[in-house]
Amino acid sequence: LLSARPGSAAMSFGGTLSILRSDSYAELSQYRDQHFRGTRYDQERLLRKSCTLYVGNLSFYTTEEQIHELFGKSGDIKKVIMGLDKVKKTACGFCFVEYYARGDAENAMRYINGTRLDDRIIRTDWDAGFKEGRQYGRGRSGGQVRDEYRQDYDAGRGGYGKIVQCQ
Amino acid sequence: MSRRRHSDDSDAGQPHKRRRTSEPSEIEERLESLICRVGEKSNSSLESNLEGLAGVLEADLPNYKSKILRILCTVARLLPEKLTVYTTLVGLLNARNYNFGGEFVEAMIRQLKECLKVNMYNEAVHLVRFLSDLVNCHVIAAPSMVAMFENFVSVTQEEDVPQVRCDWYMFAFLSSLPWVGKELYEKKDAEMDRLLSQTESYLKRRQKIHVPMLQVWAADKPHPQEEYLDCLWSQIQKLKKDRWQERHILRPYLAFDSVLCEALQHNLPPFTPPPHTEDSVYPMPRVIFRMFDYTDDPEGPVMPGSHSVERFVIEENLHCIIKSHWKERKTCAAQLLSYPGNNKIPLNYHIVEVIFAELFQLPSPPHIEVMYTTLLIELCKLQPGSLPQVLAQATEMLYMRLDTMNTTCVDRFINWFSHHLSNFQFRWSWEDWSDCLTQDLEKPKPKFVREVLEKCMRLSYHQRIIDIVPASFSVLSPANPVCIYKYGDESNRSLPGYTVALCLTIAIKNKASNDEIFSILKDVPNPNQDDDDGEGFTFNPLKIEVFVQTLLHLAAKSFSHSFSALAKFHEVFKTLAESDEGKLHVLRVVYEVWKNHPQMIAVLVDKMIRTQIVDCAAVANWIFSSELAHDFTRFYIWEILHSTIRKMNKHVLKIHKELEETKARLARQHKRRDSDDDDDDDDRSTDREDGPLEEQIERLQEKVESAQSEQKNLFLVIFQRFIMLLTEHLVRCETGGIDVFTPWYKSCIERLQQIFLQHHQIIQQYMVTLENLLFTAELDHHILAVFQQFCALQA
Repeated sequence: LLSARPGSAAMSFGGTLSILRSDSYAELSQYRDQHFRGTRYDQERLLRKSCTLYVGNLSFYTTEEQIHELFGKSGDIKKVIMGLDKVKKTACGFCFVEYYARGDAENAMRYINGTRLDDRIIRTDWDAGFKEGRQYGRGRSGGQVRDEYRQDYDAGRGGYGKIVQCQ
Repeated sequence: MSRRRHSDDSDAGQPHKRRRTSEPSEIEERLESLICRVGEKSNSSLESNLEGLAGVLEADLPNYKSKILRILCTVARLLPEKLTVYTTLVGLLNARNYNFGGEFVEAMIRQLKECLKVNMYNEAVHLVRFLSDLVNCHVIAAPSMVAMFENFVSVTQEEDVPQVRCDWYMFAFLSSLPWVGKELYEKKDAEMDRLLSQTESYLKRRQKIHVPMLQVWAADKPHPQEEYLDCLWSQIQKLKKDRWQERHILRPYLAFDSVLCEALQHNLPPFTPPPHTEDSVYPMPRVIFRMFDYTDDPEGPVMPGSHSVERFVIEENLHCIIKSHWKERKTCAAQLLSYPGNNKIPLNYHIVEVIFAELFQLPSPPHIEVMYTTLLIELCKLQPGSLPQVLAQATEMLYMRLDTMNTTCVDRFINWFSHHLSNFQFRWSWEDWSDCLTQDLEKPKPKFVREVLEKCMRLSYHQRIIDIVPASFSVLSPANPVCIYKYGDESNRSLPGYTVALCLTIAIKNKASNDEIFSILKDVPNPNQDDDDGEGFTFNPLKIEVFVQTLLHLAAKSFSHSFSALAKFHEVFKTLAESDEGKLHVLRVVYEVWKNHPQMIAVLVDKMIRTQIVDCAAVANWIFSSELAHDFTRFYIWEILHSTIRKMNKHVLKIHKELEETKARLARQHKRRDSDDDDDDDDRSTDREDGPLEEQIERLQEKVESAQSEQKNLFLVIFQRFIMLLTEHLVRCETGGIDVFTPWYKSCIERLQQIFLQHHQIIQQYMVTLENLLFTAELDHHILAVFQQFCALQA
């Protein structure tokens, strides 16, 4: 069925070189979701086999369709879950993208992370897996925590941070 | 709080990682690092670094010889862009330790044989080149290298072997000559002349039917798109004419000539090319991509000509750098930009040309397309004053030559350009392209702009696109992606099914169940009443229309809404679309509702296949149906078809994998039983243990066969429909006396080629069926040529 495929198969003879194994974009970051239920070990095990990415720094106006188009460039998407303001139930600037295959998520980390969507540099990171409730912002006002304390003006994320708005 | 990445990950959560306290592996890591990074970021010269490293390794030889051998062999295989650095290192080691030199050569030959056995031909070329450069370092005696090349060239005399086999041995010989041609010719000119003359006669007699299928552009101007061996031969001929003077390759060994020429050389053992077997898979032929020449950068250093060996070496090295660092975009960009010879060659032009060569490569790019987009962005960041201009120039040139560009390559150009623009606020001088506005919209240039704008819209939103293009471009702007609901207006109340649609709308809004939906739909009359056989559920297009239109309209807000709708009413869908006609009609209605939003059509079709509302064959038939004829040449149609084929292929692989895994489980179970001496199991209980697994295997076997049959059927349907469509066109043209080569025809025949090329591994299995059933001699020669070109790819 499958013809013998050449490739990076580690040969009985040489294997590969660590400088060629380097894959820093696809590694885990230092961030760990503090709300994760389970041990650190469990969390990291899930992160290492996850097909789900957290995507941050989105504009509030960025749509599921735009996300699907961009992230579809690294493979077939299983699901996009938009992050919502817990109170307003409107988009609050993050989402989850789940792929069918981990390799496709890795390519998103390598080539889509740190590029622009809606003129904003977006950030992707491994996620241990979507659970109901995680689609909501955890800031006190309902959005993301980072928008609570922000001092700068960001037109795509509701203007000034909540702490400034309340002054 | 921020999701910063850090460079060295801790051991946490990696129970299988090797113990840090193990010394030998630490030393191995250190040795590997020393060897791989020699010359990098150093204040001293490369030569003194090499000398120092040779000393260190020589001292380590007594204890770590096998590790050093392994590392050096691996480096030879995997870091070809630093070839001469490592041949120099080996040369220095050989000069200090003759036995080590001999062992290294033996190890390399073993590795070469192994590579050839497992079809790792690209890496094998690097090994051959390394061995040949060792002649320059006085490690290998020139006559023995010539003897090896004689054995390579004599492969062209073998009978009944695929041409691609002979091609590889020829390529391995010719592509080493830029490095070692001079030395071999000086020592053995008569033998070399003989080899070159044999080469010439082989190249003259080999067939090149495959070339048109692999060319990015069909035209020879401004740059001929040459077959790779032809181009390389021209380059070697020119090199010979220049008396083998080659000035581009960095040769650190020249600085050590006095030391190296004292060294004793080794003879390569006689090398017999391993015979051709059924499992041998040789690399596919290539066409060399060229888009620049010295006239494109009049201010800068002169770009080496297309038949200069310098051009070959630069391109090989840049491709190797990308191959080494494709996962690390910043490193890759930095390595490309620090390619030596920076001020003597227009490096930015070479880099851009090599990247586009890979992006447009047929059948497929070596790496995922999006990598190239991001790599180019990294390069622009590192060279903001020069690279963006070269890229803009390249884009302009690609646009100018769209008329003869292969359709598949145009697809990739569209994807790249729109994605690139989305990273730069869609800034582009669109007015420069207003020539396309006066052309027929089906012509390549206006078509390209339309598709680019559509893709740009997908990455942003409709009004943004209207804002970024001049008003004159509105004819090419994408449609506002809104849903078309036929029962939406009071004015449509005379349409059959209108009242049921209203009923359905209310019911769905009130969270009706599938059963309630069924009972509402029961009242929809069947326009095909006469065909009703009264048995079971017959195809009722009106039911499908009313249900699908209404549901999709209600769920139009977003993809997620639509997916939820498909999931909630899955049962209704499955029932309505049970027959083949039902499936086709569902697809038709989806199109009618969402024809302004191709992206939505694509994701709905994907979901419907995955949830088995429609099957792949239905999608194929729908794409070739007359309802879609108007959109037949649009990019999104082919994205849908290829996505469908890929899903089918992945499905077959998945079940096959499941089968293999279950077989492995059974084998392990047997093994465990056999090694259990103490247990006194009687035969009946072991059979019982095997039973469920064996049943599973049988079921999976059936599943695999059924999936493979469905896969084959899908391709046959697609090919059949292509043949019908193309034949119709050809007959019409012939009887009407009009030219066959309309824009539609070019697009269609290249789409057929695209099917062959993108799925060539699977299609290879069907060659006999295709030849006997579909691509027979009676077929019009235009269509048959595509099949013949495909056959030539692995011939």
